[in-house]
Amino acid sequence: MATKTNASTAVPLRFPAPIGGVAGTSFKPEHLAAILEAGRQRGFFEVHAENYMGAGGPPHRALEAIRRDHPLSLHGVCMSIGGPQPLDKAHLARFRSLVARYQPALVSEHLAWSTHETSFFNDLLPLPYTEATLRCVCDHIDEVQEAIRRPILLENPSTYVAFRGSTMSETDFIRGVAQRTGCGLLLDVNNVFVSAANHGFSALDYLADFPLSHVAEIHLAGHAEQADDDGALLLIDSHDGPVADAVWTLFEIVIGRRGPVPTLIEWDSKIPDWPVLQAEAAAAQVILDRGASSTLPADRHAA
Amino acid sequence: MPLEQNQAFATAFARGLLDPTRPAPPDVTGRDGRSAGRRYDVYRNNVTVSLIEALAAIYPAVQRITGPDFFRAMARCHIRKSLPTSPLLFDYGRDFPAFIESYEHARELPWLADVARIERGWLDAYHARDAAPLSPAQLAAVAPDRLADLVFMPHPAAGIVRSHFSAVTIFAANRDTAPVERIDGSTPEDALITRAEFDVTVRHLPPGGAIFAASLMSGRPLGEAAASALDAAPDFDLASNIAGLIEAGAFTSIAFGDAG
Repeated sequence: MATKTNASTAVPLRFPAPIGGVAGTSFKPEHLAAILEAGRQRGFFEVHAENYMGAGGPPHRALEAIRRDHPLSLHGVCMSIGGPQPLDKAHLARFRSLVARYQPALVSEHLAWSTHETSFFNDLLPLPYTEATLRCVCDHIDEVQEAIRRPILLENPSTYVAFRGSTMSETDFIRGVAQRTGCGLLLDVNNVFVSAANHGFSALDYLADFPLSHVAEIHLAGHAEQADDDGALLLIDSHDGPVADAVWTLFEIVIGRRGPVPTLIEWDSKIPDWPVLQAEAAAAQVILDRGASSTLPADRHAA
Repeated sequence: MPLEQNQAFATAFARGLLDPTRPAPPDVTGRDGRSAGRRYDVYRNNVTVSLIEALAAIYPAVQRITGPDFFRAMARCHIRKSLPTSPLLFDYGRDFPAFIESYEHARELPWLADVARIERGWLDAYHARDAAPLSPAQLAAVAPDRLADLVFMPHPAAGIVRSHFSAVTIFAANRDTAPVERIDGSTPEDALITRAEFDVTVRHLPPGGAIFAASLMSGRPLGEAAASALDAAPDFDLASNIAGLIEAGAFTSIAFGDAG
């Protein structure tokens, strides 16, 4: 075994070429047999990195089988990039090993935090948008990108509360992160819709202000409806059903402006049979293909 | 904003996540500056429910035995005392069996903690490092007069759970969806958990088998391990036990204890 002298040397620099405007799905182990039976297909699969951080066993066998024929997107959920404390070095090392082992086409993480002091809360928790938190998030992204030797895509959150201490908008904050760190962005259109409904802003205004030229992946997912203390609609980012019509409309608008980018159907609980998930991806692919033929080149980088 | 203040948002936000009696943190708001109330509760709910579900995924037989309502109440109680310290949820809940043992509402189910220990061992075997198991031919090639000095390298997925109750039978009956017949819970049973290739298997060890397997897995030579097993169970059958352990994939290789 080669001895590792620092965080970067163990990771080969090569990684797959961009995959273009294809639709993919979350990979769920219960779909493995159906996916393998169908053979190589257009599209890609996304996995939560943490589910593949065990030493061995069936999870790695399944991921190897999927990766053999399809591009992979590695989606980190627990790096706690948005938290004030230093990143967990052991977790970063595990993340780096997965990137080196599976050479994913896309690597992403969240603008959120999940660990505080020694407790892991298993949720994507929100942060205030200030110059101090911006510096901290940028330092964390620099550290991740240095470790894996490639840019990550940072995902915009869905939120249920706001912070009195915030001094800038979410879009300004995200633009600042992309500009300072060189990271790409994962635009979760459902998260935009959920946050817009919860905070009472216009999703279209948010998208108009979002730095679309940095977007290298899109997420689409289902959400659930609740009510807050004042009886106002409160949307929950539940990932447990089909993509809502309004979110499809926003997606078409984004593709019309940005041009086609890899787009994921995220479905993480109440998981349907494989053909249902596949049909959602096919619906996204239709919009992506239409976008490929109709987008004016001048518009593509206008954002 | 100074660094302490930057830390403060997370400290304040984290403080109430597991304590429903605390109000929402003062610096978070709902729409148009109104109080966060139920909106903060969404995060509280996400944390607790997702961790209950994580425990239910690790301990499905325990949940089937207790029923979901009992399980959720027990899991919630455990989560409040013992949050995960790692983002790897398959590592969570190592202290859940001990918690079950001390949980007063589970006193009528004295074997429940041992069933949980087998389930915890099952998941550890599932995620363990892959390794080729020892083949019977390797053992057959050893000269009979050297067998007593032989030591066995344990397979990364191999583990033992000993129980004063019928934990293996209860575990096996409740990891399935088939109806469970009445089980006498009072027979002591020991489990051998292995994953030689793809599938985790849980075997019921014969009397003396757990002491024998545990001795070998801790690196003691075959002769000593056999003597300990015979002390514990006079009718211990060495040949069938060693064959059973190898067939189960409990070891990866053999060596001579006196060689080094």
